[in-house]
Amino acid sequence: MMAHAHLNTMRAKLARQTRGAWLMGVGAAILAVLPLGISEFYTGLITTGLIAAMLALSLQLLVGCTGLVSLGHAAFYGLGAYTVYAITPADHALSVLLTLPAAAAVAGLAALLVGALSLRTKGFFFLMVTLAFGQMVFFIFHNTKLGGGADGAYLMRPTLSLLDWQLPLTRRQRPLAYYYLSLLLLVAMYLALRALLGSLFGRVLAGIRVNEQRMLALGFNTYRFKLAAFAIAGLLAGIAGHMYAMKEGFVNPELVGWHRSAEALLMILLGGLGTLSGPIVGALAYTAIGEVAQLVTERKLLVEGLIILVVVLSLPRGLSGIWVPRWPRKGSGGEPGRAAKVSPHD
Amino acid sequence: MKRPVATTLSRRGLIGGGAAAAAAAALPTRWAIAQAKPLKVGLMLPYSGTFAKLGENITTAIELLIAEKGGKLGGREIQIVKLDDESKPENAPQNAERLVKRDAVDVLIGTVHSGVQMGIHKVVQDSGTLTIVPNAGNVAVTRQLCAKNVFRSSFTNWQPAYGMGLAAAKKGHKKSVWVTWDYAAGAESGAGFKEGFEKGGGEVLPSLTLPFPQTNFQPLLAQIPSLGVDVVGSFFAGGGAVQFVKEYAAAGLKAPLCGSGFLTEGTLEAQGAAAEGIETALHYGDGLDNAKNAAFRKTFKDKAGRDADVYAVQGYDAAQLLALGLEAVKGNIDDEANLYKALRAAKLESPRGPIAMSPSQNITQNVYLRRAEGGQNKVIGIAAENLADPGTGCKLA
Amino acid sequence: MDFPGLLAQLLNGLQYGLLLFLIASGLTLIFGVMGVINLAHGSMFMIGAYVAYLITARWGSLWLALPAAALGGLLIGAALEAGLFRHFYAREHLDQVLLTFALILLFEEFRSLLVGNDFYSVPVPALLDFSVPITAQFSYSAYRFAVIAICLVLAGLLFWWIERTRFGAIIRAAAEKPEMVDVLGINARRVHLTLFAVGTALALIAGALAAPLYSVYPNMGDGFLIISFVVVVIGGLGSVSGAFWSALILGLVDTLGAAYAPKVAGLVVYVLMAAVLLWRPTGLFGRRA
Repeated sequence: MMAHAHLNTMRAKLARQTRGAWLMGVGAAILAVLPLGISEFYTGLITTGLIAAMLALSLQLLVGCTGLVSLGHAAFYGLGAYTVYAITPADHALSVLLTLPAAAAVAGLAALLVGALSLRTKGFFFLMVTLAFGQMVFFIFHNTKLGGGADGAYLMRPTLSLLDWQLPLTRRQRPLAYYYLSLLLLVAMYLALRALLGSLFGRVLAGIRVNEQRMLALGFNTYRFKLAAFAIAGLLAGIAGHMYAMKEGFVNPELVGWHRSAEALLMILLGGLGTLSGPIVGALAYTAIGEVAQLVTERKLLVEGLIILVVVLSLPRGLSGIWVPRWPRKGSGGEPGRAAKVSPHD
Repeated sequence: MKRPVATTLSRRGLIGGGAAAAAAAALPTRWAIAQAKPLKVGLMLPYSGTFAKLGENITTAIELLIAEKGGKLGGREIQIVKLDDESKPENAPQNAERLVKRDAVDVLIGTVHSGVQMGIHKVVQDSGTLTIVPNAGNVAVTRQLCAKNVFRSSFTNWQPAYGMGLAAAKKGHKKSVWVTWDYAAGAESGAGFKEGFEKGGGEVLPSLTLPFPQTNFQPLLAQIPSLGVDVVGSFFAGGGAVQFVKEYAAAGLKAPLCGSGFLTEGTLEAQGAAAEGIETALHYGDGLDNAKNAAFRKTFKDKAGRDADVYAVQGYDAAQLLALGLEAVKGNIDDEANLYKALRAAKLESPRGPIAMSPSQNITQNVYLRRAEGGQNKVIGIAAENLADPGTGCKLA
Repeated sequence: MDFPGLLAQLLNGLQYGLLLFLIASGLTLIFGVMGVINLAHGSMFMIGAYVAYLITARWGSLWLALPAAALGGLLIGAALEAGLFRHFYAREHLDQVLLTFALILLFEEFRSLLVGNDFYSVPVPALLDFSVPITAQFSYSAYRFAVIAICLVLAGLLFWWIERTRFGAIIRAAAEKPEMVDVLGINARRVHLTLFAVGTALALIAGALAAPLYSVYPNMGDGFLIISFVVVVIGGLGSVSGAFWSALILGLVDTLGAAYAPKVAGLVVYVLMAAVLLWRPTGLFGRRA
């Protein structure tokens, strides 16, 4: 394993690091000034893309970094959104300083519970179990009084306020506020994950992804590490869900559906399994493709299906993971080989 | 170089000023410019998925009305922008924003699915765009969430079911139960049926429900015999209605089945003999005997090649409403005060009979009692005349 | 609830469970032996239902639809395996999930293009269009009895094939240790092809049988797919007998739950799954980890 890691020379690695940092920095800068020049509709559209990027990024912690493919991740996204709905009274809005931690906490806690059970399984079973738990959460919001029911529900959007002071926003300025808040959170999430992956915790996750048995032999309690990753990923997804609720002012059970989870996986694949920037690129690209498809054709799902097919068949590394070398594959029939390493510096 | 300071009106200045004034007079005013611009009407409807046929019928009827008025409403050319909402509530806010912000429509007509309507409602409440609902029946839109720019030309889930409750009690039934899906439409129509049936002196047991959109009705049907009811009311629509009616007949239950008209709307052919004799209540039916209906059904059939249904009528009336409003303000859609005033005072002849707007901006209409006979929902009487939705909780009412 | 009601619910549960078994058995074989996740299995069920609708609409007979569904299933399964899935055995779970998710979307779109989006009712065959009276007040559909019977026969055939034939022995061996199949010189390709074809055919037959009971409509496969996965998880991967018992249990629990506790009935299956996972993560009859 050590030999494989040194496939890259130190120079190539340095080049990749700086390239990755450059790209993200430039991207963030562009996104920061973009709203000043585009219409309100497109500001909202990019905000949707940024929120999707947060979801995809949170899932990458599981899929790309730890090798856990979950089909129920949207459950935590939806829980974050529904928490905002649940705690906001019908007649006045709450401060985002209250709703955001609440959403993150609920989602993270739920992820802890679900993970504790699900991580007792591996591979296909894990996939099915996460799918089933996701559907369970869907059922709760779709069929019981806890959610607003099948049609979804309104909520009063959280305000940017602290105790008595509130940031005064005109109707026109609100989309901008959501845009910048989402961008801020996305950047923070990216930097936090970068730091996390560079730490011992991140290295252990990478080790688990490549060969869990070896990590166990080395004395690591891999279950605890995986559980921690699962909970953190859930918490981050909850933050993304909170921003969805804040932007739209509206929640709906489909937020939790497994189609949404599968779309998050697609965004990761689209952008590149091997990098942290990949999910961000993939999510923005996916949002853009959806918009273009809607303009061009009525058969949006057909386009979506074909794109997924093309990507899976021809771009196993996605858009931005092209620089990362592929690990050799094991033979057919047994557990398939793992993905290439996710470097925190990409 | 120093610029000369003009202190008196020089001749050049006078000529220049005069020319400018003349040019300004020749240029059309902002209102007049608006007059010349076509009015953008956004249709947010399902053009794919289970409800595609409803979206098509509503659209055809709207286009029909516009053609009848010579292509112009209130003197404005009408430009239609269609958007397929796929009946997906999770995409609703984004789709509504596409029409309202990206395409900058002046009027939004939509939609069919209640969940999608909630998403639209949020967006148009913010934007203030004139919105006319041609189908979605969730009561919240014209009750606690009512807005001054939102009008409904279709129904609330409460209206037809209330009519059915009244009619069933009038027939002499004393004890009933409501069977439906566990979602807003089912619960709201159940509430209407209960109110009507109890008003007629009957008793309604707690509802039997199953999650939407499941079709596993057997567990519910098996419970009915032990309840001792003499009539069973229900709300199902589309394929679920087909399935339910057939299974109800196959179960050989003694109590007759009745319900909100959607139980047998557009489904009689599939239901076949199982539906024969079922009585339902709806604001439209076959054999409605008025001149407007005869004319409408003929022109719709000529244009679309298929028969008009209640959805087409609702779409037609949405367009009628829009026409009335625009005529009142002579095409100036920005004149909100007079526009809303005219719409709120609307009284129209619809293919379904006389209609008006209630204070909560929902439609006031007759609810007819119909019986399924030979593949038709024949109107056999009026279940509730000039019925307005209570509009509970609406600040406009 | 009274006795006839209970009896009806038990019969319903049995019928639902048996349909689930047909779908889940294919799923458990395909994954158990070949390690491929196939989310599009629910689409196979949908295709079977639509085949039943089209054939019944054209030629008026459901009896024709059943062999058509079976044949169609074998062909579609073989085509999918040889053309697509064969290249994915070595791929990541993620790739397989996305590939089959894409297939779901594509199948739904093709269905929409070919047949449209309406809810279609499929009539019960005339021979069985009557009700068997259970009490003076309640009757049970003869067609549902027939479905139970047909499913039991198919289950029996499946068991015989797996437990009693040589090919079945190969399947059981491959489910336990796939590498051995190659080592023993058995044509792995043919095993995979056959399994995929049979598994798909079973799903299509289930769909055709279910069509008169549930009607055909867009996305009808979704609900059955998820529950089938739960069946496989509870029953154990690669185990057909596991799928059988867990399908029956789930069918009964779900149906009785819908009758007695409708608000939470849908949750019960997931709670059951969680319980099994806590106690026996590889499933009740599972062998592979």
